[in-house]
Amino acid sequence: MDVKIINPFINATLNVLETMAFVKSEAEKPYLKTNNHSKGDVSGVVGFTGETNGTVFITFDEACIVKVVSNMFGEELNEINDDIKDAVGELTNMISGQARKELEEIGKVFQGGIPSVVSGKNHELMPMTKGPRIAIPFKTDFGNFTIEVALEG
Amino acid sequence: MNLDMKVLIVDDFATMRKIVRNVLKQIGFTNMTEADNGKNALKILKKENIDLILCDWNMPEMPGIDLLKAIKSDDDLKNIPFVMVTAEAQKDNIIEAVKAGVNSYIVKPFSAETVNEKLNIIFKD
Repeated sequence: MDVKIINPFINATLNVLETMAFVKSEAEKPYLKTNNHSKGDVSGVVGFTGETNGTVFITFDEACIVKVVSNMFGEELNEINDDIKDAVGELTNMISGQARKELEEIGKVFQGGIPSVVSGKNHELMPMTKGPRIAIPFKTDFGNFTIEVALEG
Repeated sequence: MNLDMKVLIVDDFATMRKIVRNVLKQIGFTNMTEADNGKNALKILKKENIDLILCDWNMPEMPGIDLLKAIKSDDDLKNIPFVMVTAEAQKDNIIEAVKAGVNSYIVKPFSAETVNEKLNIIFKD
């Protein structure tokens, strides 16, 4: 699995959350994901195509995403609602754009798909490609999230 | 920079319009209005005195780049500063927007500081 493709998605996620929501995160130990079960309550999903194809999932637990979006909106939210789900889609869109910009700078050009959002306890995350899938968990002061990257090949 | 100026926020996502509004509020803007696509933005621009446009790229019916081109070819509207605020950060998009006359290009994610800096450059006396 090419870390040159995975790292920009990690960097983009950290940057987007810190810039837009003032939330700092700390990575924990990555692992190979062998099932489709989510590790949280709401996920943004986006595919990308280019020299290889892949899917990125960003899954937040409720406490974490409520804090993130409350900060982005400048108002106190209490639970996952339609506004928060929309915000997850927009966050995923920003992360995809920024990651692809970083990839372009190292000569890897990808096109990004339109993000989608999946929510609910124990929701399933189906990749658009077959291949290995790495999960990187993160913790913040407000809750946790996980980035998963599934790459073809 | 006059923080009483009227700002038009154009984005098809209500959530994103809320986020941009919050960022502008952090800078000190108080007078904002919104449109959910380029066509509706043009209607507002024809009716109201707008001093600044912040616009997304990817929108149905009339994407931001088409709104930009329409505004820059309209004698009544062409002098309104137009800022593209978008997740589309690849060079081709930026070049196309610059060629179309964009006044500034802000790539998401963005902080209030970044937006403030870019706007201060546009409105420098």
